[in-house]
Parts: sequence; structure tokens; C-alpha cells
Amino acid sequence: MEKPLLKMSAKDLKFFYGSTLALKGISMAIRKNQVTALIGPSGCGKTTFLRCLNRMNDIVEGARVEGEILLDGQNIYAPEVDAVQVRKRVGMVFQKSNPFPKTIFENVAYGLKIDGDCPKSEIAYRVEKSLKDAALWNEVADRLHDSAIQLSGGQQQRLCIARALAVKPEVILMDEPASALDPIATQKIEELIQQLKNNYTIVIVTHNMQQAARVSDYTAFFYLGELIEMNKTDKIFTNPGIKRTEDYVTGRFG
Amino acid sequence: MSKKFTERLGFALLAASAGLVLLFLGMILFDIFSKGISVISWKFLSQPPHQGMTEGGIFPAILGTFLVSIITVVFAVPLGMFAAIYLHEYARPGRTTRTIRLAIRNLSGVPSIVYGLFGVVLFVQMMHLGTSILSAGLTLGLLTLPWTITACEEALKTVPKAYREGALALGATKWYAIRTNVLPYAIPGMLTGVILGLARAAGETAPILFTGAAFFLPHLPKSIFDQFMALPYHLYILSTQHHAIDKVRPIAYGTALVLVALILLLSFSAIWLRYRYRQRLKG
Repeated sequence: MEKPLLKMSAKDLKFFYGSTLALKGISMAIRKNQVTALIGPSGCGKTTFLRCLNRMNDIVEGARVEGEILLDGQNIYAPEVDAVQVRKRVGMVFQKSNPFPKTIFENVAYGLKIDGDCPKSEIAYRVEKSLKDAALWNEVADRLHDSAIQLSGGQQQRLCIARALAVKPEVILMDEPASALDPIATQKIEELIQQLKNNYTIVIVTHNMQQAARVSDYTAFFYLGELIEMNKTDKIFTNPGIKRTEDYVTGRFG
Repeated sequence: MSKKFTERLGFALLAASAGLVLLFLGMILFDIFSKGISVISWKFLSQPPHQGMTEGGIFPAILGTFLVSIITVVFAVPLGMFAAIYLHEYARPGRTTRTIRLAIRNLSGVPSIVYGLFGVVLFVQMMHLGTSILSAGLTLGLLTLPWTITACEEALKTVPKAYREGALALGATKWYAIRTNVLPYAIPGMLTGVILGLARAAGETAPILFTGAAFFLPHLPKSIFDQFMALPYHLYILSTQHHAIDKVRPIAYGTALVLVALILLLSFSAIWLRYRYRQRLKG
């Protein structure tokens, strides 16, 4: 079987916090319409790497990036590239669901209103579509103008996914999206990820090994700022090539 | 001494300190209220002083304080707010920013008479604004700026980082994120600080002493370039500078009561605003 197309790739990516080297030259391929899971113990650099993929680390004081990240072949760290445009193409869902203290509708419409050129009817249509795609529509259709803060934790996280979908990104980054959720809400998010990958490329950071095994096609194991091993998920979990990966996925350390 | 006893003793000391503070506040308020309430009437609030200020009301002073406060707000609020946004959202942390912050903190400790003299030099003389409502309002604005900036920065700090990051991750520019997803949640907190700063400014005498407040004016100010009468200065005159101090004492107390009531009103509106804001964020 042919390998899926390349969507993003990192080339010898180094990341510095001040003088600390947090990512020690990461090279990785992220394939189109696939779910790539980033695993590894706390502080291994997986979240830092994720936030490099949409230049969210630009806003961190004292942060510096070397190397390249290509999105459809173009280096997103090239001087002529605007980080704001990158973030429109590479969306993000955070670990702690962060609905804005606005209505449900306003939350999903937020990204659509940024450029101020999206007609009202289009906004209404895309809010509905995004909520449906995020499997939240049926639960909120009759209270779109209620505050988003009142939703349950799982609903809030799906709202954040809907909000990210509304701006039509190509890639969606998820930073432990289910770590604060109960098992049922987690299952819903995982099912959602499976559906979303038909239309989007997904990169997910997770602490939960079973979750990586369930939802992802490729898994990358990070340790101390290095990419130790990356392969198809079933390979990583059944027959890893490196001892340290095996120790981690079998729970011998972590 | 048993542990329990020391704890009780400590607790009693703390409670007594808090009680003492309340007692003083209560005594001051009671004194002003009991001696001032007798002269308060619609006439007192709506008429100018008569007969060498021994009769009549204090309307020009109320109006003057009100007009000066408006200038203060118009000048200090936008300036303080923008400065706070710059310092909190844009300035890179480092020596320069630290120095600016330190300077602002220190400015709040400068005696108000110094602001008054500075206002004379800058606004009255250099900028040729004359001794006027405008000069006095701007001087009071300078006085409240450190408070305004600090309060606005504190308000910005309370907006979660997740609101900023969430907006940026959707492709918002930094300014768009601040404007639509930070400021709306910070503004009530900012207003609270601004009102408290204004309450302080409205009660100040020294900064307006040389910059526009008048002993007595036979007519109301016609523009912001006119001199004015103000409550705190009027109170100062009635208590110390008047030729018939005993005769005007009740009027002085009445003036004090009006001034204190005005400031309490401002403080309570700040509390009310904060309460409303918390309710709204709860959704």
C-alpha cells in the first residue's frame, strides 16, 4: 500500500527557551488525513513540538526556533510568512477547554469574524456545520445563545473543536484534549477524531497510551527533547524498534 | 502558655486591630454626619454662598468639583488604559519595562502638593491654559495616572491566558485578540480602579490650589478656561481662612458631609460594578 501524502514535516527543528535547548533537532513527517500521536513522559518536548507546528510558541518570551517546518512544502518559519496566516491553516485545541465567556454561537463564530468579510448568513451556516461536525449540534441547537461556560467539560471541549473547525483549517493540533474529561466524554472525543481525519490532518499529544493506540495511525515517541522513534502505531505498540520505546509503551517507566 | 491560648490571643489581637480601624472610620463619619446634617437642604445644595459665605449654599463648589472630575476622567482614563495595555500586552519584560513600572509606582507616592506645583508650571504657565478648570483637571489627572495604570494592569492580569491563546490559535492578530477577547473582560475591573482613583482625586485640595480653584466666585464658570470653586478647597477655606470661623462652622460640616457622601457614592458604585461583573462572568 502506498504511503499517504505528506502534509507537514519538521526538518532538524531545534527549540530554545532562553539558553535551554528544549527540542534537540526533530525531524518528522506528518501525513495527510492521518492521526499522528505524540507520546512521551512529562517534559519530553511533545507539547513544545506541537506548539511549534502553528507557531504558538512565537508568543513565548525568550523562545527561539531553528530548523524548518514545512506545510505543503513551504517553511512556516520563513521570514515572509505571517504567523497569523499559519494559524488559520493549522488550528489548535488546548488541553484545558477554553470556551470564551460568550454565547455558544459567538464562540464558534469568533474565528469567522476576524477578517470582518464573512457574510452573516455564511457565519450562521458555518456555525451550524461546525457544531454538527464536532458532534455537538444536537445538544446545543436549542440554546445557541446561552453562555458557553454553562456547558459540561466534554461539551466545552467539543465546542472548542467546533470553533477550530469553523475557520476551515487543514491541520488540527490537539494538546491532550481529553485529559480533563471523564471516560464517556473521552470516548466521544476519540470517536470524533476518527471522523475528523477524513477531512483534516490531526496531530494529538496524549499521555494516555491506550488513547494513542486507539485513535492514531502514526505514533512518535519523544524523550528528553528528542524524537526516539516514529512509526505506524501498531508497530510502535506491538514491535517497537528501540528498547526505550518498548519500556515506555509497556509502562516500565514514564 | 498553651498553644491554644496563644492562638486565641493572636486572633483577638487581629480582631481588635480590625475593630479599631472600623471604630475610627465610624467616629469620623458620625462626627461629620451629626454636625453637618442640620444644614443640608435643597437650598444648601442648589444655591451659591451669600453674605461673605456665612449663608446660602455650596452649589458652585459642587459644580466645580464635578466639572474638574470630568476633565480628570477624560484625560486620565484613556491615557492610563492605553499605557497599561502597552505595559502588560506589548512591552518586552526587561530592564526598561521594569524601570517604567518602578517609576509609575513611585509617582503614586509623590505628595499631592508637588503635583500642584508641577501643574502650575506645565499647564498654567508653559501651556498657557491659565488657572482654570482645565489646568486643575489635568493636574488631578496626572495625580490619578499611577493608580489608573496600576489598576488597569491588574485588571488585564485577571483575564486568563487561555482567552488570548484561544483567539490567536484561530488566526486572530494580537490586537484583535486583545480588543475582542481581553479588553471586554478587563474593562469592568479597570473601571473599578478608575473610580477609586477619581474618588481620591475629587477630595484633593493641594493640586487644585494653584491651578484653578478660587476662594470665591460671584458667578458660575462659563467654560473650562474659567476658574472654579471646589468642595475640598471650600471646606479648607471655611475651616481655616474665614474671618468668622465660628459662624461658618455648620456650613463647613455640611460641605464635608457632601464631599464624603460624594466619595462614598463613587466607592459604592465601584463595588457594585465589580459585583455585576463577577455575576456576568459566571454566566
